[in-house]
Amino acid sequence: MAKKLMKGSEAIGEAAVQAGCRLFFGYPITPQNEIPEYMSLRLPQVGGCFVQAESEVAASNMLYGAAGTGERVMTSSSSPGISLMSEAASYLAGAELPVVIVNIVRAGPGLGGILPSQGDYFQATRGMGHGDFRLLVLAPWSVQEAADLVQDAFDLADFYRNPVMVLGDGLIGQMMEPVEFSSDRQPIKELQPKTWAATGCPGDRPTNIINSLFLDPEELERHNWKLKAKYDAMTRDEIRSASYAADDDYDVLIVAYGTVARVCSTAIDELRERGVRVAMVRPITLFPYPYQAIRDAALRASSVLVVELSTGQMIEDVRLALEGARPIHFHSRVGGMLVTPDEVIEKVECILAGGAAEVSHG
Amino acid sequence: MAETVFSRPGALAPVITHYCPGCTHGIIHRLIAEVIDELGIRERTVGIAPVGCAVLAYNYFTVDFQEASHGRAPAVATGIKRARPDLIVFTYQGDGDLASIGMAEIVHCANRGEKVTVVFVNNAIYGMTGGQMAPTTMPGQIATTCPLGRDVEQAGHPIRIAELLSTLRTPSFVARAAVHTPLYAVNAKEMLRRAFRYQVAGTCFSMVEVLSTCPTNWGVPPVEANRWLAQNMMPFYPLGVFKTPDGADRAPTPGAGD
Repeated sequence: MAKKLMKGSEAIGEAAVQAGCRLFFGYPITPQNEIPEYMSLRLPQVGGCFVQAESEVAASNMLYGAAGTGERVMTSSSSPGISLMSEAASYLAGAELPVVIVNIVRAGPGLGGILPSQGDYFQATRGMGHGDFRLLVLAPWSVQEAADLVQDAFDLADFYRNPVMVLGDGLIGQMMEPVEFSSDRQPIKELQPKTWAATGCPGDRPTNIINSLFLDPEELERHNWKLKAKYDAMTRDEIRSASYAADDDYDVLIVAYGTVARVCSTAIDELRERGVRVAMVRPITLFPYPYQAIRDAALRASSVLVVELSTGQMIEDVRLALEGARPIHFHSRVGGMLVTPDEVIEKVECILAGGAAEVSHG
Repeated sequence: MAETVFSRPGALAPVITHYCPGCTHGIIHRLIAEVIDELGIRERTVGIAPVGCAVLAYNYFTVDFQEASHGRAPAVATGIKRARPDLIVFTYQGDGDLASIGMAEIVHCANRGEKVTVVFVNNAIYGMTGGQMAPTTMPGQIATTCPLGRDVEQAGHPIRIAELLSTLRTPSFVARAAVHTPLYAVNAKEMLRRAFRYQVAGTCFSMVEVLSTCPTNWGVPPVEANRWLAQNMMPFYPLGVFKTPDGADRAPTPGAGD
């Protein structure tokens, strides 16, 4: 297929359709309304179904019901709405249902604002709801990557029978870039038939029950370790990260994800032109997190700079990766403003001049 | 050779339920199973179990099931039916589940006209959590969170769900029945049959509210519970058909007088 100029939100919606998603349940919330709007027009064209739910609570439970039939399903929302979906996320993980949840993050807490943020990092990577579970979290830095990751997300969700989150921000949703959809895309995992789906019980087979209730503690413990084994398998097989300008030697390593990494790449280009030796590692999966790739890359630098749109959330994972091996510096904006390339340049120069304070631990 | 005139419905699992003595959940389960058998829809039916006493309902039917979180069964039903319109989808919900925490989901499911069937079991109390006040608890009725009786000045009056849903403009079938005597149970089955038939025909949303007893949490013997239901609940929760998709409004239940 030829490249087409698409808005991020539309690319996310079309990618879902290309991946075989025929059901979308959503509720309006800024700044992601273009996704449900696109799906409301597009899904009926391919024999699918869009439902505008009465709330994010209902939308995410419609998602649960539809996923239980084995169909490919997706919802999208933004931070406050994602909080309302956290109950369902827990049930989805507990009942081992494959779904794709897109979070176009806005600044919080509370109603916060409607501009870009990465303040939902903890919520996304630490399980999102009650109980002992994880989401597989993918963070795109371009419209093309958003389209690719949404398609991968459906395969990963089906393979692991677990919710997969695509974590973006208003910038990914709003910007327009060329996108290409492969006409012969193959699943990235070997997928089994969904024999577990509750679609009517023919003959005498035992009934299929979609459920997360285990009143026997021994059984629940076995179930939790079974889930843990899936998260371990994700950690073994699904970690993704990309490096930028890391072929040459560098003194400062930047760690950033999503659109912030995009801004940092511009800063790195300018710094490199001036002869400043700087590179970046960009996590693409936020869970599982690329601890080893970050540690390996950081050990080639004298210091590390974490840039994110939160008061310091991903930095905790960078600390876990480094275990004190290198000093960590931090730069962020948190009200909905973006980090600018100039700010990143200034921060890197300050670090190299010895004028930047290392972030305190704890 | 003896002819079998009465046996377990095929849609009902051959297991012992966990319900308390005198509880009417078992009767309602059986009526649903009989209707599923009679309509020949067992192999394409998916049930949705609630949070509440009927949380383990998925063990008591021989149909595929999904377990919903508290109050969300109508949303789960919507997801299933939209994904697979060929399936027959029913929820089984209590009064705390449907009339309290799940009020938004039931109203909007009915208002969208989802082609699903809701069985709403109203026993005027929270059963599984130990007898707390429900939205349907009667004025003056004692519960563990209203130990002096429901005070309507503080808690408002009981919510009449069948009446409430019947005000929606979207066509639907809404009825209320009871199962505390065999004659009422026969009528309840007829209501359930009509509700499932409307779904099989793809006509409309359907809900049957079934007045039920909870001897354990009401603190009375089963026979007395049946009497209490007739004397206290039925005057406030009148039985009958409240709405039909062809626009006919409330009609009294025929032949169901004491």
